[in-house]
Amino acid sequence: MKIAVCIKHVPEGHGRIDPGSKRLDRSGEGALNHFDANAVEEALRLKGDGDGEVVVVSMGPEQAADSLRKALAMGADRAVLVSDPAAEGSDLVATSKVLAGALAREGADVVLFGQQAADADGAVLWAAVAERLRRPVVSQAAEVTLAGDKVRVKRQTEFGYDLIETSLPAVVAVSDAINEPRYPSLKGIMGAKKKPFETLSVSDTGVSVSDTGEAGSKTAVLALGDPPARADARKIEGDGNAAQAILDFLAEKRLV
Amino acid sequence: MSTLVFLEHHDGEIQKGSLGVLAKAASLGDADAVLVGEGVRGLAADAGRHGARTVHVADDASLAAPLSQPRVDVLAKLASEYDAVFFANSVLAADVAAGLAARLDAGLNWDLVDITADFVGKRPALQDSVLVDVGWKSTPRLALFRSGSFDPQESGGEAEVRDVAVDLEDFSRETTMLEQAHAEATGPSIEDADVIVAGGRGLGAPENFTLAEELARALGGAVGATRAVVDAGWYPYSAQIGQTGKTVSPKLYVALGISGAIQHKVGMQSSSVIVAINKDPNAPIFEFSDLGVVGDVHEIVPKLTELVQQRKSS
Repeated sequence: MKIAVCIKHVPEGHGRIDPGSKRLDRSGEGALNHFDANAVEEALRLKGDGDGEVVVVSMGPEQAADSLRKALAMGADRAVLVSDPAAEGSDLVATSKVLAGALAREGADVVLFGQQAADADGAVLWAAVAERLRRPVVSQAAEVTLAGDKVRVKRQTEFGYDLIETSLPAVVAVSDAINEPRYPSLKGIMGAKKKPFETLSVSDTGVSVSDTGEAGSKTAVLALGDPPARADARKIEGDGNAAQAILDFLAEKRLV
Repeated sequence: MSTLVFLEHHDGEIQKGSLGVLAKAASLGDADAVLVGEGVRGLAADAGRHGARTVHVADDASLAAPLSQPRVDVLAKLASEYDAVFFANSVLAADVAAGLAARLDAGLNWDLVDITADFVGKRPALQDSVLVDVGWKSTPRLALFRSGSFDPQESGGEAEVRDVAVDLEDFSRETTMLEQAHAEATGPSIEDADVIVAGGRGLGAPENFTLAEELARALGGAVGATRAVVDAGWYPYSAQIGQTGKTVSPKLYVALGISGAIQHKVGMQSSSVIVAINKDPNAPIFEFSDLGVVGDVHEIVPKLTELVQQRKSS
């Protein structure tokens, strides 16, 4: 059983958008997108004690190596980083092309994603990657069970829980409720340094450079502005009078 | 300008969010719609009443389960005739939109709260601290709108119905729905409540949901819950508010011990007035609350309930 996990290196803390490039500033400290830690954990669980392989794949700046190393420290076997200045500013269409190219080289039985990226709030990439790989996809997985050449997924939707079965190879996006990701042990952290780590350019994935970055993107950021703020938002420290303060507020808004 | 709107339906009804997006599309120009499923032809009339000019109907047994990939196959045949394709966000719609983007190499902008007549999308980013104007470099322009962005409008029109031939890709046939969820119809719906008192992990224990229930009763409202407490078994799924729960927009939303994770926020951020009580002064929920109270729910809520009761009886 070979399992690939797509992970993203995201800026830590409150992000900022660079007014010049209108892109998220990725120069500062970053970390493994915490939703992706659930996907890494699930891959390790699915592999279990068997002789399978868990390979973590990321597309991003050189610093994304830190997040891949964290996944290796958690227990993944191998890492692949697609890092290429030509890919900067890629949107969904361009990113999915490069990731699908990198995944096609791996030929994994299962490709896992976390439920969203903490920086861009995007929750769509897996379906685009599955389409390019021409593989079935299931998202919002709350439970994943392997059975021979099939995978069963319990997923949560707006209406409750669905039980879905599909054939391998498949793409599955897991929810953050599926497990509690482990913390890397000291031994894991030391061991991660010796694990295979491959860095690829865009052309190594079989994708033309003109299909990535801003050139290959079909969307664009036009302008940045201030959001409509909640008018007169207030914050109070809870002392003995907090309940009265809330009641007064509700009365003022004619809500009681 | 012409737009195609993907209409999601469940238990024989078109989702309110889809009809809201249809109303927006109709306000911009010609709006057509697409219905995909089994036995969905009857819903076309409802789409017409809500502003659709033509409704494309793909009605086939192979489309019965709400799975994304067969829907991509249907939409891929129609999308290139339009300037834009609109979706109301949901677990299903997001997967359909992204699959379609890859199939057509078409740009997809998501989490939009509005769009102009010349196709500039409005998207709040970075915990809603920035409003980003986004555009498309090719057609069709794919747009996924945040839940509750638009209200449905009844125009009383009549739609022309056109059948769409169903021809699925191999990989779209690989997936089977073994058991499908159905909305539980028990008790008053939180989607219709004017007041919602919702509880999160900060309540500390399942039995403390009585705090939320008593305040809700005093205010004449319903009780909601976060995914974290529903997953932990503290409260039933039917009360879950958020990305994979219900989307609500009451006049008053009171959040008790809720941190305000994105998963929850998307389901309640369009409430008119939001009051949050949380002991963590850095909880994200304070960033989108009208009144934020840093304090202990166990002390404040019983007093507040009593004060509300006194006021009502006086």
